[in-house]
Amino acid sequence: MPYIPHTAEDVRAMLDRIGVKSIDDLFDEIPKDLRIDSLPGVPAALSEMEVARLVSARAAADGRPLNFIGAGAYEHHIPAPVWALATRGEIYSAYTPYQAEASQGTLQIMYEYQSMIAGLTAMDVSNASLYDGASALAEACLMSVRAHRRSKSARILVPTTVNPTWRKVARVITEGQGLVLEEMPFCAEDGTTIPKSLARYDGQDITAIIIQQPNFFGQLEDVDALTRWARAHGALIIAAVNPVSLALLSPPGEWGDGGADIACGEAQPFGVPLSSGGPYVGFMATRLEHVRQMPGRIAGCTVDLDGKRGFTLTLQAREQHIRRGKATSNICTNQGLLMTAATIYLSLLGPVGLERVASACVARTAELVSALAGLPGVRAAFTGPRFHEAVLQLDRPVGQVLDSLAAEGIIGGHDLARDYPELGHALLVCATETRTVEDIAAYGRALGRVLGRQAAA
Amino acid sequence: MKQVEPLIFELSRSGRGATAQHPPAAAAEIPGKFRRRRRPALPEVSELQVVRHYTRLSQMNYSIDTQFYPLGSCTMKYNPRACNSLAMLPEFLGRHPLAPVSTGQGFMACMFELQEMLKAVTGMAGVSLTPMAGAQGEFTGVAMIRAYHRARGDLARNEIIVPDAAHGTNPATATMCGMKIREIASQPDGDVDLAALDAALSPATAGIMLTNPCTLGVFERRITQIARKVHDAGGLLYYDGANLNAILGKVRPGEMEFDAIHMNLHKTFSTPHGGGGPGSGAVGVGPRLLPYLPVPIVGRDGGHYRWLDERDLPDSIGRLSAFMGNAGVLLRAYVYMRILGAEGMRRVGEYSTLNANYLMARLREAGFDAAYPSRRASHEFIITLKRQARELDVNAMDFAKRLLDYGYHAPTTYFPLLVPECLLIEPTETETREELDGFVEALAAIQREAETDAPMVKGAPHTLPVRRLDDVRAAKQLDVAWKPAGA
Repeated sequence: MPYIPHTAEDVRAMLDRIGVKSIDDLFDEIPKDLRIDSLPGVPAALSEMEVARLVSARAAADGRPLNFIGAGAYEHHIPAPVWALATRGEIYSAYTPYQAEASQGTLQIMYEYQSMIAGLTAMDVSNASLYDGASALAEACLMSVRAHRRSKSARILVPTTVNPTWRKVARVITEGQGLVLEEMPFCAEDGTTIPKSLARYDGQDITAIIIQQPNFFGQLEDVDALTRWARAHGALIIAAVNPVSLALLSPPGEWGDGGADIACGEAQPFGVPLSSGGPYVGFMATRLEHVRQMPGRIAGCTVDLDGKRGFTLTLQAREQHIRRGKATSNICTNQGLLMTAATIYLSLLGPVGLERVASACVARTAELVSALAGLPGVRAAFTGPRFHEAVLQLDRPVGQVLDSLAAEGIIGGHDLARDYPELGHALLVCATETRTVEDIAAYGRALGRVLGRQAAA
Repeated sequence: MKQVEPLIFELSRSGRGATAQHPPAAAAEIPGKFRRRRRPALPEVSELQVVRHYTRLSQMNYSIDTQFYPLGSCTMKYNPRACNSLAMLPEFLGRHPLAPVSTGQGFMACMFELQEMLKAVTGMAGVSLTPMAGAQGEFTGVAMIRAYHRARGDLARNEIIVPDAAHGTNPATATMCGMKIREIASQPDGDVDLAALDAALSPATAGIMLTNPCTLGVFERRITQIARKVHDAGGLLYYDGANLNAILGKVRPGEMEFDAIHMNLHKTFSTPHGGGGPGSGAVGVGPRLLPYLPVPIVGRDGGHYRWLDERDLPDSIGRLSAFMGNAGVLLRAYVYMRILGAEGMRRVGEYSTLNANYLMARLREAGFDAAYPSRRASHEFIITLKRQARELDVNAMDFAKRLLDYGYHAPTTYFPLLVPECLLIEPTETETREELDGFVEALAAIQREAETDAPMVKGAPHTLPVRRLDDVRAAKQLDVAWKPAGA
């Protein structure tokens, strides 16, 4: 019996102690007509060895192609200690630290994580993580409505340079509470939001504006100008930021005059593998004045009966298990294991290492753009500074090019046709510190071959 | 075990670093106006310091791998190591979520089969794996119920009925979906009060959220009647899968006529709790709600797997995560289910119920009061310590804290809210009889201590890295982030 330790003798003794004849008797309160006696559709058990063989063969069939996609999930080097430590049983198999005295490890890691996120974003306080970047943005929208008591409109401006899937998720999650997410166009030249385009909202009740930095195209937004407009017009600022970029780029807490109100995003780049999209780790930080409107677990530093420093979950009066229908969110778990990985990652990289990662991302992406945009039929779609992604314009539909590249073992980027039909044959590419000069050259050669072959065909 | 571990920031020295992890320096061309002016306050420590620090912190945790962890409603059972090692195969870890499906057929085959197995164990017509936690699964369920009524033009249905024993996430979810909450009482025997249900049902009823067995640790015996009443009133039934472990392979939400369910894969299917996540809250639906399932879902055309998205399911409530949900957690659940197989699934329900009933019987023999003594335990049960609180001034929290000294994680305390001084105890199927016996002896010993030396029990724990913490100070003198000196 996999993972069940009972001997026949155990079962007999236990049933005797309960005073029943069989295990089935323990289910006698369940109406007979509801009970089932088999599970068709579930295969028979396999041994660990058999499952390992099956699953390993499937993994091997998927292979390890060379990846040039970002679009919200980024391939970075993951230092060996990160998962060796995070999968220690004491971390991996613990739960939410309800018993603080028996969970000081998890609680101190939460506190360290919160400190790192607050430091990176230059905000006062961080929570102990949310599910992922998309849901963190949705929660930030809901939070801005709670935090901005004078605003009655629940209108939030969302530039279309914000990750399109995150926008969809934010819509699904906030719809029930009547939020209005209004989309704003971007500049066709440099792929960023035009601060002047905000003038049409002057004098209107706008609850908040979302600013993504770098934006979905990898381009750098004029965050200071956008922040100043929002401040001047009484709207809160929700910053959606790539956390690696914060080693180089101005942090949300220092944008414009006075900074953003809420910073959120996806911390997957901090030691969390791509893993087909999850589990990842959303982050959220805010100003002290808004902390009681922030969703999610928060660890706080306090003292014990002897005056010794210790950590505990705090501000729980915001949460569902206390406030039930009046909670800030229904969120119950955070992403504890991934938050732990992120904390270990940041400890290993430190300020210097993270800055090196960020700089290498910028440099490799610039090299990638020059390698690809020099090919016939390929050009960079936008001018202006960028971080570690770029939009390329091809002279033909992107999908078939990507399929041909995949056949050569290269994942060539993300096709923007569905989300941005106005951009024509647009391809979003990414290079992090993990892509070498040789990787980039290999992509250039392969793309040249594919385009030449298709042109000839 | 009285360790003191400094903060990682307190170990930091300017100029130190885990330099094997630093990529070579590169020039980044970023104009000055976009640049950060001061480096962030991250620690500067060596790799060994990092390894030692987080190893030591891990040692300050109780966990399933080190302790019996009978936290009620959380299903803290063994997380098989095979699930972790196979989900962490390098090809799975390295796969980008937006990579073409031609490069992910192996992964998608696992996800497709997982969907099929989850349908089979729940008796539902369709499954989506995307919700990232139980609470998001609940959100999905209520959002689908709302979409169903809307599609029928039934716009007045804006109330969700929730029993008073429900998890806090239930009413919080209903609120998030813009619903009003109608709370109904439980009877003294733990079942839903049908008269209260009748009174709550109306043309405004969108649905009801039920956990069965409920958080009181008993199976709702009149579930068929409840389902009929709610359906007759035009509402739908939502099954909170928090306690699915209790009935796995014995009875299914489908036969109980639920329209939407979520499963906590981190409970029933043994994926790790990770210090509070990641969870995974896959949802299942009956025929009425099939069109509204969240996307993406794995579909199969012949022998080829592909993502079903908004184009395939135009009435879908949409997306809940940036990609497909917690894929790595789903892989762990898949491996677990393949190792258990159909017979293993049935044993989960059987042996978790056996362990709970045995533990309840033994604790009653030891003089403790079960909250529902006339009922069978499901996979969990409640002990109430209101007598001890009244007679000895030693309450449920004191017992819980003293249990930590005996090397056991405490059960869930003070939940459900309607049983005073309660311990909600869930042993799970993976514990031995000896472990359960040891737990009974510990609680009996604490009872004796409470009778002879109450102040000692009230001062517990005594052997952990810290003693009881000042929660009031934590909230009043808020310190939630370390700040460098002078900042």
